[in-house]
Amino acid sequence: MIESVAIEKNFDVQAIRKHFPILEREVKGKPLVYFDNAATTQKPQVVIDALVNYYTGYNANIHRGIHTLAEEATAAFESTRDAIQAFINAESREQIIFTSGTTEGINLVAQTWGRQNIMEGDEIIISNMEHHSNIVPWYILAQEKKAVLKIIPINDDGELEMEEFEKLLSSKTKFVSIVHVSNALGTINPVKEIAEKAHSVGAKVLVDGAQSTVHLDIDVQDMACDFFVFSSHKLYGPTGMGALYGKKELLEAMPPYQGGGEMIKDVSFNTITWNDLPYKFEAGTPNIADTIAFKAAMEFTTGIGKEEIRRHENALLAYATEQLEEIPGLRIIGRAKQKISVISFVIEGTHPQDLGILLDNRGIAVRTGHHCAQPLMDRLCIRGTTRASFAMYNTVEEVDRLIEGLHKAIKLLV
Amino acid sequence: MTIEETEKEIIEEFSLFDSWDDKYEYIIDLGKKLEPLEDQHKKDENRVRGCQSTVWLVADYRDGKIVYKADSDAVIVKGLISMLIRVLSGHKPDEIVNAKLNFINEIGMTSHLAQTRSNGLLSMVKQMKNYALAYKVKEGI
Repeated sequence: MIESVAIEKNFDVQAIRKHFPILEREVKGKPLVYFDNAATTQKPQVVIDALVNYYTGYNANIHRGIHTLAEEATAAFESTRDAIQAFINAESREQIIFTSGTTEGINLVAQTWGRQNIMEGDEIIISNMEHHSNIVPWYILAQEKKAVLKIIPINDDGELEMEEFEKLLSSKTKFVSIVHVSNALGTINPVKEIAEKAHSVGAKVLVDGAQSTVHLDIDVQDMACDFFVFSSHKLYGPTGMGALYGKKELLEAMPPYQGGGEMIKDVSFNTITWNDLPYKFEAGTPNIADTIAFKAAMEFTTGIGKEEIRRHENALLAYATEQLEEIPGLRIIGRAKQKISVISFVIEGTHPQDLGILLDNRGIAVRTGHHCAQPLMDRLCIRGTTRASFAMYNTVEEVDRLIEGLHKAIKLLV
Repeated sequence: MTIEETEKEIIEEFSLFDSWDDKYEYIIDLGKKLEPLEDQHKKDENRVRGCQSTVWLVADYRDGKIVYKADSDAVIVKGLISMLIRVLSGHKPDEIVNAKLNFINEIGMTSHLAQTRSNGLLSMVKQMKNYALAYKVKEGI
């Protein structure tokens, strides 16, 4: 159902760009430079086609239908589960729960496993570099259960202070929820080591893979995490779709998240039996079209090769870092030794918002502000940053346009 | 000069610019020239919500007219506030409440600024009008 596209094995960025129709558009009369990939990536034609093909060819509600369209839709929908299982190397397909995205995945775990297992005085550990979506659900749970949130501090380069993390661990630690890659800084966290240490005190571990899944090879078994969550839209797929992976025994013991159709086996007004995994957590008609199209996004990415993409993105990061450092008054925020292709910076005498507006006026899309990580900004004593984040389709020439745009902006602002 | 006359003046000034580069240069210049707000006013209760940058706005009521003062840590926003102050400051509460402020659209600001930023601009307008409404109610006019 999904058209496969022959992807060039040798990394040819111009050929790759042709798969993304949006990259042809102009913004403010200039060719678009899209450097806001950590917020969401653009979509290749194969993903757009998968959406159109579903709605034009076999739109139907899934699972219970006995007609042809329902069978085709169910098969395509369920095949995304297999694709995700392979993409993150999960033990079984039942351990992949479809969600609306990373945020819902975290909330699901907090509201099911969390409400069932967190008691008064228990401790939940997060870090100082979390996105608000990995702070607020735990804050809500801690408030409700009179549990305590503990924060892993970071150093000035934007790396976790692992010794401090170890000091936080105790028999009171019940859960560690940690971001794999920081959205604001690009830092790659040692999640495998974190999981091992957390498990040594009997705590469970959730890894927020919103930023990592597109850039790194994900192996949830090797990572040994208990839960892993990520979003499709940061991985060249549609918005409003994501997945939660969980250890089977944990998912089986967890109560349902939402009640409705599909998540039950039998319903009477006296007793209800829950459906098996993964359906127990998938109440109501799911996001069928976006789920189907996400498979195309994963196939597209794997087809080009994550290793090749990573090499290209890292080269762009190195070049951009070198060029940005030449700009007087510019300070790069986040200098972790292990980083993905995200670069955050501040420029003396300028406000990120002003830089963002002036860059937009030159057709360059970056993100400015606190990146939904206010505690991180407070820790670094900054009000926000300007962030450029690179994807497979970005080029050196685009980085040059960013540098040129910054020079022009600084001339006006300072 | 009435509110509408000042608006017309600004629209004419902007019509002289060929490009948005020039418009931004002008707005930035206005921002840089805006008289800074005294530190005592830079407190939470004077902050305008809905802006990505920090904006403070205070209003004084003298001889039946409102005088606004504002500041921001971002200079383009400051330039925009400077224009709003030029248009609205020194007018009666009633005139401010009823001002249509078409100039914001006419100079292309709403369509040029991304939605989130233009929301910030609208928040400022709303706050200025709220002050006027409060004085209007207080004075029973």
